[in-house]
Amino acid sequence: MNETGNHMQLKVNGKEHEVEVEEDMPLLWVLRDELGITGPKYGCGITACGACTVHIDGMAIRSCSMPVGDVFGEVTTIEGLGTPDALHAVQAAWIEHQVAQCGYCQSGQIMAAAAFLEVNPDPDDEAIDRALSANLCRCGTYVRVREAVKTAAAKLRGV
Amino acid sequence: MASIGTIARRTFLIGSAAIAGGVAFGYYAYQRPVSNPLTDILGDGETTLNPFIKIDQSGVTIITPRADLGQGAYSIQAALVAEELDIAWEDIRVDPGPPSPSYFNAIVASEGFPAAAWDKGLGASALRGLGSAMSKFMGMQMTGGSTTVPDGFDRMRMAGAVARDVLLSAAAEQSGIAKAELKTKDGAVITPSGDELSYTSLAEAAALIEPPSNVKLKPESEWRYLGKNMRRLDIVEKSTGTAEYGIDVIMPDMVFATVRTNPRFGGGLKKFDASSAEKMRGVIKVVEIDGGVGVLADNTWRAFKAADAIDCDWGSAPYPATSDEQWTEAAASFTEERQDSQFRNEGDVALALDGADLIEAEYKVPYLAHAALEPLNTIVQFKDGQLDIWTGTQIPGIVIQNIASLTGLDADNIKVHVLIGGGSFGRRLEDDYVQQAVQLAMAHQGAPIKMTWSREEDMTHDFPRPMGMARGRGSVKNGKVDAYDLGIAYPSVSASQFGERYGVPLPGPDVTIVAGAWDQPFSIPNYRVTGYRVPPLVPVSSWRSVGASGNGFFHDCFLDELIHAAGADPLEERIRLCWHEPSRKVLETVGEMSNWGSALGENRGRGVAFTFSFGVAAAEVVEVTDTPQGIKIDKVFGAAEVGKVLDPVNIEAQMQGGIIWGLGHAMNAEITYADGMAEQTNYHAFEGMRLYQTPEIEVRALTNGPDLRGIGEPAVPPAAPALANAIFAATGKRIRELPLNKHIDFV
Ligand code: FES
Ligand code: FES
Repeated sequence: MNETGNHMQLKVNGKEHEVEVEEDMPLLWVLRDELGITGPKYGCGITACGACTVHIDGMAIRSCSMPVGDVFGEVTTIEGLGTPDALHAVQAAWIEHQVAQCGYCQSGQIMAAAAFLEVNPDPDDEAIDRALSANLCRCGTYVRVREAVKTAAAKLRGV
Repeated sequence: MASIGTIARRTFLIGSAAIAGGVAFGYYAYQRPVSNPLTDILGDGETTLNPFIKIDQSGVTIITPRADLGQGAYSIQAALVAEELDIAWEDIRVDPGPPSPSYFNAIVASEGFPAAAWDKGLGASALRGLGSAMSKFMGMQMTGGSTTVPDGFDRMRMAGAVARDVLLSAAAEQSGIAKAELKTKDGAVITPSGDELSYTSLAEAAALIEPPSNVKLKPESEWRYLGKNMRRLDIVEKSTGTAEYGIDVIMPDMVFATVRTNPRFGGGLKKFDASSAEKMRGVIKVVEIDGGVGVLADNTWRAFKAADAIDCDWGSAPYPATSDEQWTEAAASFTEERQDSQFRNEGDVALALDGADLIEAEYKVPYLAHAALEPLNTIVQFKDGQLDIWTGTQIPGIVIQNIASLTGLDADNIKVHVLIGGGSFGRRLEDDYVQQAVQLAMAHQGAPIKMTWSREEDMTHDFPRPMGMARGRGSVKNGKVDAYDLGIAYPSVSASQFGERYGVPLPGPDVTIVAGAWDQPFSIPNYRVTGYRVPPLVPVSSWRSVGASGNGFFHDCFLDELIHAAGADPLEERIRLCWHEPSRKVLETVGEMSNWGSALGENRGRGVAFTFSFGVAAAEVVEVTDTPQGIKIDKVFGAAEVGKVLDPVNIEAQMQGGIIWGLGHAMNAEITYADGMAEQTNYHAFEGMRLYQTPEIEVRALTNGPDLRGIGEPAVPPAAPALANAIFAATGKRIRELPLNKHIDFV
């Protein structure tokens, strides 16, 4: 009601948005409550669960702890990764293995996996574990997460 | 025994008409006492054939009254109806339907009585029947106790079959072709010449036809969905970020909100100062609610920030405020006055222990939070005298009751719209968060309000699984377990949840205090299990696998101690002691899967554990390595007796998830209290298992038993004891307290 925020330009899933919010508002809440993009989830707010993972210029970032004023590039959320009609390879693998239970962590898992496979296209179990252990799943879907990452990796490599 | 049991059960069924007696009496007999809640809310062009089926121009909608919290409930409920109704998988649409007594859960309440599921005797059946009657009278439309599948198996298939039958009759009338010559396929009636009459075109006429009092269900050999690998109906949405949870609901003119209430349950709010919060950007209003404050704002984060800025003066806790004091209370509960039950007392324990080499041990399990990943939230709108509530809940009927008494509104003016839950594990059997949101809506009428808890609010207000303690005494003779005496003390979940918060105090002992311990199918010559009720401490609730979640650890680890003292093989002695054939098969199966007895190599060990819970015998073998950095869990094998496998992919998922849930909390999770408040406020301090700790997991569902059972919970209880027993095998260290990382490191 008093202090006014800054006008900021934000490119999300290929689309330019202008938002007028406090610079320290986390990107997560700008996406969810200002832009209505609800794929990224709120789980902890302190980088402890990974449910809010998005890509900024291809890097996996915890949007709950990234002030919108510090966003340094183009944002991609799960909605921009692929859609039900045009699935990303990671999403297709997630569907093939029926990974999701409640599904609440899965946007974050998929975004983390997609960014990881860009830099490590042929990972072993240990590398997968290292890359995805920051993503908490309370339902315990980890066994299938591992399998789906391998399937997606193979698909992306074209094997 | 079996025949008299069956007769007794049938007799009782007629008396109570309570169990989903579709097969025995025909769907109609069961349907008569309940009304079809869909008739009141049909939209234009919609028809309903019974409480589970709605048809309109665009197709068939199956009503799935059991909530989907991630366990796949919508898909299996839809499959049960679709199998008989005959519709194509990709055409299935589901809707949770309105809360209604017609969707009563006939089985869930029967778990509250001391009748072990393996016991088919007259007394046990009568007791279970009482549970069903009670649940029906209470109109308990509850999701819980791993009951969705056993409760819906007959009832929902019958609903599909009856609807198909009237659709066939309508087609016969319309076409003039004899009913017997008509077939169905994928949502249409097919005539001998190959013409298709769609269900949508027949629905209106079919609704006027008297449903048959009996129809024949498909034989198992003709099933096209059940027993096969089905693709979850929600799997694409949940893999593309398009599934809509409560927290994602967006409505025009919606207001965002959060609450802060006293982290000392029931301590109340003495006073508060919101003057700086009220001046913060985006804040619309600060409202006092029961035990705390709520903030309405134009954005969730702004509401969180403003709530943090409110200075609250909380009252003190109405229970012992520290974990130490709470443990003292538990330890003082092994007395005659606090004895709650003794459902098992065989042989003569006192005599057997007299003069024997006594083996004694004390075990402890901590409070545990549900901590589902989606923080609790509710959307509410109070407008023109009508209250609409959108939320993920396992108890829509109880919510309406509680909200009616909270607001004074007539139950008819309260609508609950059930949403999918981003996890629950029992937490959504409570409605505290709904009540808070409703208080905000009453104070700010007209606009829809989305109330979201911060993770900190969620973790510190989680009615937890109760802490508990067990004391075991036993002896061995000639290489065998001879006497087993276990006393178990917990605060009562039933008194806290049913008594305090559902307003239906259950008389008699609280079975959950000893569930998963008293009802184990072992014949030990002298065998006693006693429950003790610790006076109320922190309010407690049902947590995935409820009483068995801690009792599996108590009962099986102490058995393991006695078996080792006897010098017997842990698996063989369990098999020898087990009299129940399907349970024995489960033990033999994990033995075979894990190649039990084979050499494991240096610093490695394996442990086995068994728990019978929710009618399911479950056994698990855990293999660990004792590395210089700590224990590494290498591999887990699990087997469970489910009676019938309806959904293989999902059974595997539920067993894997249950094992990870059991192991993760056993490794590192606890809620402790200081100054009356939970000390763990977020996932950094309450973690469970992570991917790097996840072992290889191999599971198998067996079908040797007579009863169809659900598998959401039973894989949990044996996980902790199998891990503790494996650690003992690898290190010689017997850990009797959870979480295990208080005593040993994990890699
Ligand atoms: S919500 Fe961002 S890491 Fe948990
Ligand atoms: S699927 Fe429920 S938290 Fe991961």
